[in-house]
Amino acid sequence: MEDIQSPVTEEEIHPDVALVARAREGDQAAFEQLVRQYERQIYRVALHITQNREDAEDITQDAFMKAYEKLDQFQGNSKFSTWLVRIAVNESLMRLRKRKTSKTVSMDEDVQTEDGAIPRDFAEWRPDPEQNYSQSELASILQRTIQGLPPGFRTVFTLRDVEHLSTEETAEALGLSIPAVKSRLLRARLQLRERLSRYFRQPKEGQPA
Amino acid sequence: MTCTDFLSQLTDYFDGQVSPELIEEVKRHTQECSHCEVVLDSTRKTIQVYRDNEVYELSADLRERLHSAIMAKCFAKSKA
Repeated sequence: MEDIQSPVTEEEIHPDVALVARAREGDQAAFEQLVRQYERQIYRVALHITQNREDAEDITQDAFMKAYEKLDQFQGNSKFSTWLVRIAVNESLMRLRKRKTSKTVSMDEDVQTEDGAIPRDFAEWRPDPEQNYSQSELASILQRTIQGLPPGFRTVFTLRDVEHLSTEETAEALGLSIPAVKSRLLRARLQLRERLSRYFRQPKEGQPA
Repeated sequence: MTCTDFLSQLTDYFDGQVSPELIEEVKRHTQECSHCEVVLDSTRKTIQVYRDNEVYELSADLRERLHSAIMAKCFAKSKA
């Protein structure tokens, strides 16, 4: 299972630390380099959470602006990227709240009601299920499927499995405990599995593929 | 190992955070339980398919536009 293990954390000083230090002293080029490094990731995270391209663009701009303004508050005891992701996640959840106006959106609300940990579909999948679809068909299947997850699960899955943050970094970015991240990740993965099964399952003998 | 034990270990199993003994137990369980074998295989493929495919691509045009907007917003504020 080596291909889906989380990356080993490095003991060495991260190159971002120097860039942040320069940016703090007013070096705009250093900050621009940080923007270049993380703009795509921040945009993806915001889009995964909000499922809205316009919101994701606004959030990306606002997240970097806030990070720039608060650069002095960055302690350096977490990675700069984790800190930035945390800002973007907060902005994204705020956006969802605004969109729903009267209804609040929190990381917790969907956890109580959604029972996603009990598998029901036991149909075997094809060996290479994605080969049955074109790239654009597959992208649309994956989008539709992740869209159906409650925001709290979608967010954990995005950070862990799409953006490759470790469990600890995800917990930090979301302000959740490690057991909470693990249990949401399990339920998110199992719910996605259940939803993808109708596209990827092995056709039964005698049935058209 | 019961099916419930299997499910409760699944996240750590995929993250490579379980002992060799537990990996053996998972293997033994999935050899005996076809339902859990399917869950293991299809969950692994679920993770893999999201890792291997960019669900939302950011075109070069949009990236440039977004980049300029970010820089304008950050530095306009800082000068004000």
